[in-house]
Amino acid sequence: MSWRRIVVLVAVLVFVALLGFGLTRDPSLIASPLVGAPAPDFRLEQLDGGPTVGLQNLRGQVVVVNFWASWCLACKEEHPALVRAWQRYKGEHVRMVGIVYQDTPENARKYLKEHGGGWTQLVDPKSRVAINFGVYGVPETFFIGPAGVVAQKHIGPVTDSILSTQIDSLLMEVGEGS
Amino acid sequence: MTGMLGYSALVLALGTAVYGAVASVVAVRREMPGLAASGRNAALVVFVLATVAVAAMEYALLTNDFSVSYAAQVGSRATPRFITVISLWAALEGSILFWFWVLALYTALVAWLYRNKHREQLPYVLATMLATASFFLIVLLGPSNPFHRVWPVPADGPGPNPLLQNHPLMAVHPPAQYLGYVGFTVPFAFAVAALITGRTDAWWVHAVRRWTLAAWIFLTISIVAGGWWAYEVLGWGGYWGWDPVENASLMPWLTATAFLHSVMVQERREMLRGWNVSLIVSTFVLTILGTFLTRSGVLSSVHAFSNSLIGPLFLGFVAVVLLFSTALLLWRTPLLKKTGSLDSVLSREAAFLVANLLFVVLTFTVLLGTLFPLVAEAAWGVKVSVGAPFFNQMTVPFLAGVVFLMGVGPALPWRRTSGRGLLVRFATPALMGTVLGVVAALLRAHGFWPLLTIALAGFAATVMGREVWKGVGVGVSRGLGPGRALARLVTGNRRRYGGYVVHTGVLVIAVAVAASWNFKHEVEATVAPGRSVDVAGYTLQLDQLYGQQQPYRFSVVGDVSLWRNGAPVGRLDPKLNYYPTRQEPVPTPSVRTSPTEDVFLDLLAFEQDGSSATFKVVVTPMIMWLWVGAYIMVLGTLIAVWPARKKKLARAIVREETEVVA
Repeated sequence: MSWRRIVVLVAVLVFVALLGFGLTRDPSLIASPLVGAPAPDFRLEQLDGGPTVGLQNLRGQVVVVNFWASWCLACKEEHPALVRAWQRYKGEHVRMVGIVYQDTPENARKYLKEHGGGWTQLVDPKSRVAINFGVYGVPETFFIGPAGVVAQKHIGPVTDSILSTQIDSLLMEVGEGS
Repeated sequence: MTGMLGYSALVLALGTAVYGAVASVVAVRREMPGLAASGRNAALVVFVLATVAVAAMEYALLTNDFSVSYAAQVGSRATPRFITVISLWAALEGSILFWFWVLALYTALVAWLYRNKHREQLPYVLATMLATASFFLIVLLGPSNPFHRVWPVPADGPGPNPLLQNHPLMAVHPPAQYLGYVGFTVPFAFAVAALITGRTDAWWVHAVRRWTLAAWIFLTISIVAGGWWAYEVLGWGGYWGWDPVENASLMPWLTATAFLHSVMVQERREMLRGWNVSLIVSTFVLTILGTFLTRSGVLSSVHAFSNSLIGPLFLGFVAVVLLFSTALLLWRTPLLKKTGSLDSVLSREAAFLVANLLFVVLTFTVLLGTLFPLVAEAAWGVKVSVGAPFFNQMTVPFLAGVVFLMGVGPALPWRRTSGRGLLVRFATPALMGTVLGVVAALLRAHGFWPLLTIALAGFAATVMGREVWKGVGVGVSRGLGPGRALARLVTGNRRRYGGYVVHTGVLVIAVAVAASWNFKHEVEATVAPGRSVDVAGYTLQLDQLYGQQQPYRFSVVGDVSLWRNGAPVGRLDPKLNYYPTRQEPVPTPSVRTSPTEDVFLDLLAFEQDGSSATFKVVVTPMIMWLWVGAYIMVLGTLIAVWPARKKKLARAIVREETEVVA
């Protein structure tokens, strides 16, 4: 066998091995050491230039942290569910926080103008907060209880039922605490 | 009972398919014509059995026989009848059954149509196709058995995925996709036969031209219908998002498109033997790979329906096909050596070659982007997602190159031409393209790539138009009426002018993509009934918001009147549908289409008390022309595959050969 044939065959085998490796992974299931631990604190500037927002100051409320980007298709997919959740929980002890992930502020603002949503939006230069949260890709959503502990992490687009289940169960904790 | 019948048919089909494949190979090796005929008959029997299985499944679906697992999974008593019929492809097991049926259909057609032809090669063709069918049968009998017996029998089922219930295009997109995907098995099987028998000359290329064109146009229809469906159902107002499954259908389309062009070079100039075989093998591998990637959960995709055992089975099949074809190609390399050579870079075959390179580079780019998350995780252990910006940036220049070549190709003669003649030929089209670009800019189109695409499309259209004009002129000078002259011209060389028509469709789509991708307006607004919102010259007024109970779902409807410059132009009624089996509502956007632009309205959310509703409005120019372009492509393909009388074809070839330097 000439070396050229060997190279071709090895390439084919490597390719098949790569696909086989893919089979052993579940793209939506990634264990996070954060679940059950206090959420990494952050203080970030708002996308629209408002005063900075710190996670510390949101204690006592259910906090939904959603990492997103305007270039991300799955984010567009989940956006209507976020809008609905935001409208539903507006008057309650729930604070929704969007964190823009690897995107320009202009694009993010344009996206929000098009798709709506009036919850807090923060910019995360150099992805510091995203790294602290262990974000692999967008969208990822973290549900944080009133004591500042990460209760659940969701990878990929959220749905109405995920949002309401998580938020409702955490809201009970708010009730217990007061 | 029905389940037993369907399952038995599949078991018998597997036995018959394996027998047919073995018998065919033995027959040709030992020269036993009787056994070869038996192999052909096996192909026909497999098709009959496949039809019995599909009929049993349809019967189970239509009679709400929930003792059959697939019917219990996707059926429901309340689902409208038409949707029940097309539920055959609403979930994994049913789609694989349907895939197998389409494959059996193609195999039977090949066995029947070539019963007296290609005696040396046909058995290998059939063996390849029957072996592929056996793989799907193993999947159907094992991990993805749709005829599983359910006990106790449920009283009712959940109904098919609401996203699929929502739109009539679900009756078009999946069947076209399977007819396209599975159709590439035919040219692949011929290529395998060509390699095994050592007949790598143009015979197999002639044999598969129509099959490839048919599979290709079905895949084209499917891609466009899928985009159309996404646009009308998914509620984000776009038609293409570089989702892995979209990429999976685009990649074989690209390689097949390359193949359709490069075979012409092999037919005329005896070049590119190895290239053509490789292209068709790649096309087939990409169809299986695409199915594997999107259906096994390796990549996350909107289309993934995961199943634990399907993944490894498909991976095994991908590996077998890849190794088998690579080994065949390596073994036959000596037969695939260069036979012809390029006379000049200023020739039609050179244009075809460059176009081929563009298509292959595009395929690699899309493959890289699709697989990169997997590579990154394997190599560096990190999860990444590759988004639309990568694909747009990487592919747009190549796509513009393809549009440019559609203008260059037809103007170049085979073999060679002079550079001077070329400049003269291209002067007018280049001028026309520039004029079109300037007009577009005056219409407030902007940006380098959109304007370039529009200008190049104008250039290419002018080149083709002039070719047709010249041809008609010749007919008219011989005393024919212009209509007759055109008909004579087209029927004289259907392949060529069919190709021009297909190209015209592509140009229309290219311009529509450039316009719709870059110049859309999106606004989101919350309005109370009686109030209105202004977008891009339109006024949308929410007249009322009401609930509507239907047998199988509850809908909330926004009744919206649409105004332009103070005059009413229509009504829109976007809905949010609540299905009993799903927690999340499924939107049905409402679209007003016109030749210049679409107004797309999606109901995102509403207040429970009816005091306000949140809408998303998207105004996109020229969307309609995407679908029109696809119709034109279908028309062109029909012209190209229509059988021409042999003599005429020969004359056409002679004529083209003589017009070498015009």
